[in-house]
Amino acid sequence: MRPHRTYSNIPTYLVVGPFAILLAFPFYWMLWTALKTELDLYNVDSVPFGLSKGSPTIDNITFLFTDTEYTRWLVNTAVVGVAVVVITLLVAVPAGYALARLSGNWGQTLGVGIFLVYLVPPTLLFLPLSRVIAELGLQDRLGSLVLVYPGFTIPFSTWLLMGFFKTIPRELEDAAQVDGASRLRTLISVIFPISLPGILTVVIFSFSLVVNEFIYAVSFITASSSKTVSTGIYTELIRGDVFFWGALMAATLIPSIPLALLYNLFLDRFIQGFTGGAFR
Amino acid sequence: MGVAAHVEPRIRRRRSLLEQRRFLAPALIAPAVLLVLLLVGGPLILSVYLSFTNATGGSLSGDFVGFDNFTSEWGDRNFQTALRNTIFFTVAVNVLVVVGAAVLSHFLVREFRGRWFLRFLILLPWAAPVALSTIGFLWIFDSLFSVINWVLVHASLVDQFNPPQWLGDRENAMAAIISVHAWRLLPFATVIMIAGLASIPTEVNDAAKVDGATGLKKLWYVTLPLQLPIALIAVLFGIVFTATDMAVVYILTRGGPFNSTQVLPMWAFATGVQSGDLGAGAAVALYLLPVLALVTVLMLYFAKRVEVS
Repeated sequence: MRPHRTYSNIPTYLVVGPFAILLAFPFYWMLWTALKTELDLYNVDSVPFGLSKGSPTIDNITFLFTDTEYTRWLVNTAVVGVAVVVITLLVAVPAGYALARLSGNWGQTLGVGIFLVYLVPPTLLFLPLSRVIAELGLQDRLGSLVLVYPGFTIPFSTWLLMGFFKTIPRELEDAAQVDGASRLRTLISVIFPISLPGILTVVIFSFSLVVNEFIYAVSFITASSSKTVSTGIYTELIRGDVFFWGALMAATLIPSIPLALLYNLFLDRFIQGFTGGAFR
Repeated sequence: MGVAAHVEPRIRRRRSLLEQRRFLAPALIAPAVLLVLLLVGGPLILSVYLSFTNATGGSLSGDFVGFDNFTSEWGDRNFQTALRNTIFFTVAVNVLVVVGAAVLSHFLVREFRGRWFLRFLILLPWAAPVALSTIGFLWIFDSLFSVINWVLVHASLVDQFNPPQWLGDRENAMAAIISVHAWRLLPFATVIMIAGLASIPTEVNDAAKVDGATGLKKLWYVTLPLQLPIALIAVLFGIVFTATDMAVVYILTRGGPFNSTQVLPMWAFATGVQSGDLGAGAAVALYLLPVLALVTVLMLYFAKRVEVS
């Protein structure tokens, strides 16, 4: 795209600016709250934007890490996330490749079919699954989440990967095969290395699907020490009418900001996979 | 390329089974299909089975009761509110989201200074885990220290001594839930629409320029028609995400005050998990199925359309 002259950008800023403020304001507000002392939080004079009575402070964050199980929930989330991402990649990378390259028309249809499974929401499945989890004795165990989450990460990732693999020029594979490499070998030493950015994109987005999941986590797990951030903060840090607002806001910001940075970093790849995917 | 070039003569080299497409492809795809059938297909069938029984929390089986769960839920006041709200929320949220995303995406595809940072701010609601950002809104809608009320009071728009209770009365609570959903879905819809804009071939733009179509004319006759199919895909995603989400309502209102913001997923949870009436809960959740089926059919239809264009 041609670089615009400065004045032609003014309408862009006039539209994008307000949207950005509207969408980001809650996070700004969370940050402000996280930095305030209890006294300052309820000080009407400085309610929205002032800082006084000992603010800014890091006490809320210290409280979070020393007096609550927050660290535990972060670790749990990471453990489940990593395990699910590994399972997802092992299954979805070969499938995505095969659907994009090795199969004809039925591959396209099957690809769309697998993707549509992603639209079957946990809302329809959590009741029978919570019983199955209980029968398997997996209640209150992280294993229950590792078992169930691939049900939505695999369809999503397979479909996105299919999009990425389609954007790789066929000539590369042909060249490798002319050189005598087997199909499997071509896959491992030619295709995977150049698809790495696409695979990383899938890693990030499926990891964040895991962090986001709420309904399974809340139905399968009631023991505090096995909770993930999504459920732990709400169910454990809010006790009756006592709200530790500062700590709560810090707890929500800590996982959100890094995720948003990663999203922004990989957004163009995501778009590339999306447009190359089942809808093309 | 990094392949070791073993240019061995290919005489009599027996191709293993894996070399053949018709074996390799199914072998690579099978694990994905099997896992998906096991983790989604199985529970879905189980869910349908449960909805026809009187199974309770303790077990996975019960006596066959036919359509009793469906009919008794249909006559239930809370269920009716939940159904109405689910439809209302879904429509309201998606209208807001699609209009916002259509506008925003047109500007966000451009190159401009500070784009990276502004895009980061815009992506925040989508990247943040929904249950966490909703807790942020719990504080924003607080009954005493709501920042929204602070602004409104200082702009003299509301009475200082009787400010709106955002989560405390029916209309406000509904507005609050709709705004949180729309806030959260807008970035995602924008990204999908950017993907749609990015996939419009440059030849189309060039051709439009040659024909003298610029500005609004181009937007109306060229860009919007091409963007329409993918915009509809954004809407279909949006419908599924709003109609089936429980986290926002669970955290903000738990369906209250007095069940006025009840939605189907929350009611299914309350019935099936909290009250332990598995069969009825499954029936409530399955009432979402026709909507999802319709969305699926439309999705397939538009996927084909996009493919052709």
